[in-house]
Amino acid sequence: MKKFLALILALVMSLSLVACGGGETVEEDNADRDASVVFDNNSDTVDITTLDPAKIAEMKVGFIFLHDENSTYDLNFMRAAKNACEEIGVEYLIHTNIPEGQECYEAAAQLADAGCDIVFADSFGHEDYLIQAAKEFPEVEFCHATGVRAHTENLPNFHNAFASIYEGRYLAGVAAGMKLNEMIAAGEFTAEEAKIGYVGAFTYAEVVSGYTSFFLGARSVCPTVTMEVTFTGSWYDETAEKEGANKLIANGCKLISQHADSMGAPTACETAGVPNVSYNGSTLSACPNTFIVSSRIEWTPYMQVMIGRVAKGEKINADWTGTIANGAVQLTEINEAVAAEGTVEKIEEVKAELINGTRHVFDTDTFTVEGKKLESYAADINDWGDLTGETEVIKDGAFQESLYRSAPAFDLQIDGISLLDTAF
Amino acid sequence: MNKQNQFHIVKRGAMPWYFGWLVRGIAIVLALLVSAAVTTILTGEDPLQVYATIFHGAFGTKRKAWMLGQNMAILLCVSLAVTPAFKMRFWNIGGEGQVLMGGLATAACMICLGDKLPNAVLILIMVIASIAAGAVWGVIPAIFKAKWNTNETLFTLMMNYVATQLVAFFVIVWEVPKGAGKIGIINQTTEAGWLPVIGGQKYLLNILVVAILTVAMHIYLKYSKHGYELTVVGESERTASYVGIKVEKVIIRTMLLSGAICGIAGLLLVGGTDHTVTTTIAGGRGFTAVMVSWLAKFDPLVMIFTSFLLVFLDRGAGEISTVFGLNHSFADILTGIILFFIIGSEFFINYKLSFHKAGKEEKHV
Repeated sequence: MKKFLALILALVMSLSLVACGGGETVEEDNADRDASVVFDNNSDTVDITTLDPAKIAEMKVGFIFLHDENSTYDLNFMRAAKNACEEIGVEYLIHTNIPEGQECYEAAAQLADAGCDIVFADSFGHEDYLIQAAKEFPEVEFCHATGVRAHTENLPNFHNAFASIYEGRYLAGVAAGMKLNEMIAAGEFTAEEAKIGYVGAFTYAEVVSGYTSFFLGARSVCPTVTMEVTFTGSWYDETAEKEGANKLIANGCKLISQHADSMGAPTACETAGVPNVSYNGSTLSACPNTFIVSSRIEWTPYMQVMIGRVAKGEKINADWTGTIANGAVQLTEINEAVAAEGTVEKIEEVKAELINGTRHVFDTDTFTVEGKKLESYAADINDWGDLTGETEVIKDGAFQESLYRSAPAFDLQIDGISLLDTAF
Repeated sequence: MNKQNQFHIVKRGAMPWYFGWLVRGIAIVLALLVSAAVTTILTGEDPLQVYATIFHGAFGTKRKAWMLGQNMAILLCVSLAVTPAFKMRFWNIGGEGQVLMGGLATAACMICLGDKLPNAVLILIMVIASIAAGAVWGVIPAIFKAKWNTNETLFTLMMNYVATQLVAFFVIVWEVPKGAGKIGIINQTTEAGWLPVIGGQKYLLNILVVAILTVAMHIYLKYSKHGYELTVVGESERTASYVGIKVEKVIIRTMLLSGAICGIAGLLLVGGTDHTVTTTIAGGRGFTAVMVSWLAKFDPLVMIFTSFLLVFLDRGAGEISTVFGLNHSFADILTGIILFFIIGSEFFINYKLSFHKAGKEEKHV
């Protein structure tokens, strides 16, 4: 025993000796951080026919996906990756089923080793590891979808992207509201009983912004609607998503939508005969009797902009935001067998208003927080892990989502939505 | 007609020392042949290309070679940890949980004390905390085994699940940002509690620590009184009691050591390289370590080779799925094939098949 203790002690001492020799890290000055942040957010597109074929031929693109084709989110991303690269004619490598841990750094480093000029990753939790890789491989561009740190990290080769999917969800919400109206008119339930159920993955801004915009879209046509939200704590957990949807249906929800990536919620709806508004892509083939419409992000333009910029040797901005206008925010085909009459026309009308700016999703006249209109809100745009807001986002009578960074920042609990659980 | 079995299984007698290695070598060659065949059939790639890719996956670049060293070091560390317990015939398959607890303790120190203490003090506390956490996780089943003769296989296995759930719980407690369900890299800007990088190579420290541990474990098992005692307990508890060895004490002491070294593996993973903690951070090494240790017949020096072999094949398989554009699960399939052959080879080392042919003498294979 003594020998063992001595051994451990020796180990401890040698480690601590080495530790003392390590350089002292200088604490960054927090005071002037706010002033130093430059919001560098754009939404341009690129004409792929102008790219130099010789340059394209020697380029390689890498992709890191959280799951594989079984996840609707990853499937949507993988389709875009294939389209973007095949249209440009560039070689690409993919890594599927990469968890949000050190495996992501390892995958990124492997892709860099394999000669990739640009590496994409698709999940929020990949961000820290991609930043780690970006520091180690300065000659490779790292493009991360849904992340929040590019504009504060000051790394020339690390970039975020998202789309103003809250607009897509708002439009999908309009379709949901119209369906509820139709069911009320048909006498299936009273206006006061109109309740939407929502299966979310986690409780941070990306999901909150999504269900709130969906709800506001529905309430813009069905003023009495309320919503219940439950969370699964995972981006892909078919059983939990199915159970979540079943719980909401048992609670009296008349229509279900979800922000989690398996087929759990849509298939639960199909079994129960409850209308479903989907996400990431059409679930029509599996759910012909309940699928109404789905909002999704079309990532192809984004990937082509990034690949195009690398091919041209141009600088990439910290953030890129996809919009309805640049084709990144899309609705799938509406299933007219389930959707209410006039849905297609109504959505076109609202979409035109969103594009020309006469309607805003997070218009502060359309919602209240704890019974009060929101006059001012400091959102946590510059995410230094401090969890405190620093940027005023209420401007011109609306919460300015995706203006200061591409990823959503709306994390308020508005009246009319109740959370069944907040464990995640 | 009275149909006899076509063959029966016979235990082998003493074989020359090289026999086992011959069989293992053949198994590896067969495993590589089958892997290449499966890859070729499913993807149409040239089998030679498949082998080149395996080799490239392990040694292709300097970084890959370092990663090989790192993975090998951590796997070897966990294998070293479970070995004294195995030698004592205490089936510690809770390495996974013990590593996780060590990692969790390390992460807790980094998160809670990261900005409060000088780095050297913080690292010292991390070392102590991780070793203690691993040791506690290892000694609980040992106490139950020593006092009440509970089944250590089930007990250590179930402790893995408890550890996984504890990590899952604390991931939610420490998640950044709130609601995201992940911790991310701890102290990414301040690097507080990150183990020092030696000579500009971030994996070198881990490799050195494990190298020292390997030699120490070899000496401990082969030349120390403790090592002798635990071997005797493993051979026969009655004999051990008869010659005056306190069996309970040996069991508890050995599992403290086993857990403590797993704790060090957790420390190296969380403090040294990953700088985060997730439920998958041990990556199944607690179980792979059983194989490493077993294949090496519990000899720490031979374990250097067996851990190298497993890591080499695993990284090669991973490279195949990337290069040929396959789903990452394909790497798992290949690893599965390789492990099947390696484990299967142990059967042919210890047993032989005797085939019967009617009216003819027995033929041995």
